[in-house]
Amino acid sequence: MSRFFKFGAALLFGVTALAGCERGVPVERPPMDSKQSGFRGTGMVQITNPRITAPVLARQVVPDAAPPAATEGPTAKQVLQNVQVLGDLSIGEFTRTMTAITAWVAPKEGCAYCHNLANLAEDSKYTKIVARRMIQMTQHVNVDWKQHHNGTGVTCWTCHRGNVIPANVWFTTPPSQRSGSNLLMGDDAGQNKASDVVGLTSLPYDPFTPYLSDNKAIADIRVYGSTALPKNNRHSIKQAEHTYSLMMHMSGALGVNCTFCHNTHSFSSWDGPVQRVNAWYGIRMVGDLNASFLKPLTATFPPERLGPTGDVAKVNCLTCHQGVNKPLNGAKMAKDYPAFLTVSQQVAASVTAAPANAPTPDINGVLGKVLFESGKSALSAQAQEVIAAAAKLLKDNAGVKIALSGYADKTGNPDANLALAKQRAIAVRDALKAGGVADDRIALKKPEFVIGGAESDARRVEIAAAK
Amino acid sequence: MAQYQNLFTQVQVSAPVQTGVPLPPGHEERLIKPFMWHLMGRIGNAQIGSLYLGPLGLVSIILGTLSINIIGFNMLAQVNWSPVQFIRQLFWLALEPPPPAYGLHLPPMNQGGWWLLAGGLLTASMLLWWLRTYRRARALGLGTHVAWAFAAAIWLFLVLGFFRPVLMGSWSEAVPFGIFPHLDWTAAFSLRYGNLFYNPFHALSIAFLYGSTLIFAMHAATILAVSRFGGEREIEQIVDRGTATERAALFWRWTMGFNATMESLHRWGWWFAVLCPLVGGIGILLTGTVVDNWYLWSVKHGVAPAYPAAVPLIIDPATLGVKP
Repeated sequence: MSRFFKFGAALLFGVTALAGCERGVPVERPPMDSKQSGFRGTGMVQITNPRITAPVLARQVVPDAAPPAATEGPTAKQVLQNVQVLGDLSIGEFTRTMTAITAWVAPKEGCAYCHNLANLAEDSKYTKIVARRMIQMTQHVNVDWKQHHNGTGVTCWTCHRGNVIPANVWFTTPPSQRSGSNLLMGDDAGQNKASDVVGLTSLPYDPFTPYLSDNKAIADIRVYGSTALPKNNRHSIKQAEHTYSLMMHMSGALGVNCTFCHNTHSFSSWDGPVQRVNAWYGIRMVGDLNASFLKPLTATFPPERLGPTGDVAKVNCLTCHQGVNKPLNGAKMAKDYPAFLTVSQQVAASVTAAPANAPTPDINGVLGKVLFESGKSALSAQAQEVIAAAAKLLKDNAGVKIALSGYADKTGNPDANLALAKQRAIAVRDALKAGGVADDRIALKKPEFVIGGAESDARRVEIAAAK
Repeated sequence: MAQYQNLFTQVQVSAPVQTGVPLPPGHEERLIKPFMWHLMGRIGNAQIGSLYLGPLGLVSIILGTLSINIIGFNMLAQVNWSPVQFIRQLFWLALEPPPPAYGLHLPPMNQGGWWLLAGGLLTASMLLWWLRTYRRARALGLGTHVAWAFAAAIWLFLVLGFFRPVLMGSWSEAVPFGIFPHLDWTAAFSLRYGNLFYNPFHALSIAFLYGSTLIFAMHAATILAVSRFGGEREIEQIVDRGTATERAALFWRWTMGFNATMESLHRWGWWFAVLCPLVGGIGILLTGTVVDNWYLWSVKHGVAPAYPAAVPLIIDPATLGVKP
């Protein structure tokens, strides 16, 4: 008995001592911040540690915009020679932009980093050719990839932050020296190193080369099946690990966890956070930038600027984001620099090839769900949005036909619910017709099970591609 | 005077060593002359030995050691034979199965061939060890419960590394040999097949896993609590119920209205432990072969609840085409 007592007393003493510490010494570690982002109890929450995020946030410094320059007066190309991409700016704005670029990219090196100071118009330095192309890339991002940045836009500073080479770029990792199939052993299968790129997991340590070099293999990022039962989805677990490693990179680059973009119940379903749409375009944007702008510059760079396999420095999510989900905490820096807000003539020509990189749309399965209030077939604002998107899809893809299937929940009279489900499908069809979709492209299809669960998701019309 | 305490083993019985029952004809001699080791007595029986090795045990240990060495040397080769890096990166290193391109064909040694060999040797080693547990039980005139419980674990191992990869037509589907790599494999497996938590066999397996710990905790606590009345002699008390059994039974009837018996409790524990890998293996075997997306499967069968959307419904951009 006495031993138990002693044990208990020791335990009690320990607990008291710990509690005493907490009272006596100021607590140095602030508590975690958590922010709910979805339905309660589903784990949809963003957890941030202020101790870790504070220095990252403090690094997101935005330089003050230079005072606006006069917009009248002669244009840059009227005054200067060999101005290929910013020639339509007024000479005042052109000078202001050049000064800003120098401060953003080469504050120590100055104008001479790109220009021959004896003849500023000369293209003798490779850095000037690269800088010109990067200006075009910045314009392309601001004008053509608004789906990713929602119009916030980027400048040179977004990536460079005062460095001539952005702090976060990537090169293809050369295969392990021991990976040849003629060797006896030692192949690491491109994974199983404690790599920072993938958050110190043992996942593949170069997710960039397969997925971010260009948009050729982009369809393979999506490894999960779109049907409950197996149907032509041959993605292996190794491919799933590659996707997973890319996602680990994104998570680290943005300082967020999986549920910033995904549902906890189904990473594949699109009824989760809206950020996933931005991320979806972001992945394709990075592939486009690397394929259209950076890889073509490989021969322009001197060998010492190239990576271990002779490849050019490329961008990934971290290049701009640098640890926050909105680069520079979402500061709208580009709006102060008209040079970056329009696409120069030359760049427009050079990226016409870009859509070839883009995947051909894979239109099948359920394209969207229109939700309804209980007992009603009236269209809500959400419904109008989905219908407008579907109408646009049909307009852009002449060959596609759709089938509408109405559903109802199980509350109330089953016969009335069957009629209600049909009315809902008809309401969606009428709205699509009003949106300019031809009658013969819309079919009404009675689903196998019209009556679903009791939740809001059961009261819906599914818009599916018809074969 | 020593007290009998029962949260930590305080008292060791000191007695002449036991050599065990005589072996039936045709069995080898047991190895190691039995001796007493005080430290082992702190956690179990102080007597070490004797040990029956026999041909099955010998071959099993050789094959198992060979397999572990193949895995270890492959890891060592991956860090360029640096012992320091081997220790430092040990938890990250792995022997990976072949790339998907090889299907079920024989890959080169450095492209998963070693994985196939190590897996084969490990499987052979485990099957021989299983046979050993079966035959040792028979030699002592015991039931073969341990062997069949072990078989349940081997079933899960073989599903992961052999049955499912064969059904999927690719060795690459199997689990790598490595600490973190096999955990990352598990997460990737769940992501690939639409969230394993919607796999009902996975759910059952978890229930049996947690159930096992609960049953074990309840049983161990009960026996320790009645050991002062001789309750640790639970096997005798199956047929010769004494005050320890009566009190333990009464305790649980008072607490929850029902009690397991000294015998039935062990059936509960055995079945929960055995069913955990058994149903888990079924869940893994069905994944990819019969079901491709467990979440969609659950939605189809009304298992998954629908949650109210937190945000306006969004559309998969892949269905809209890419602009630009």
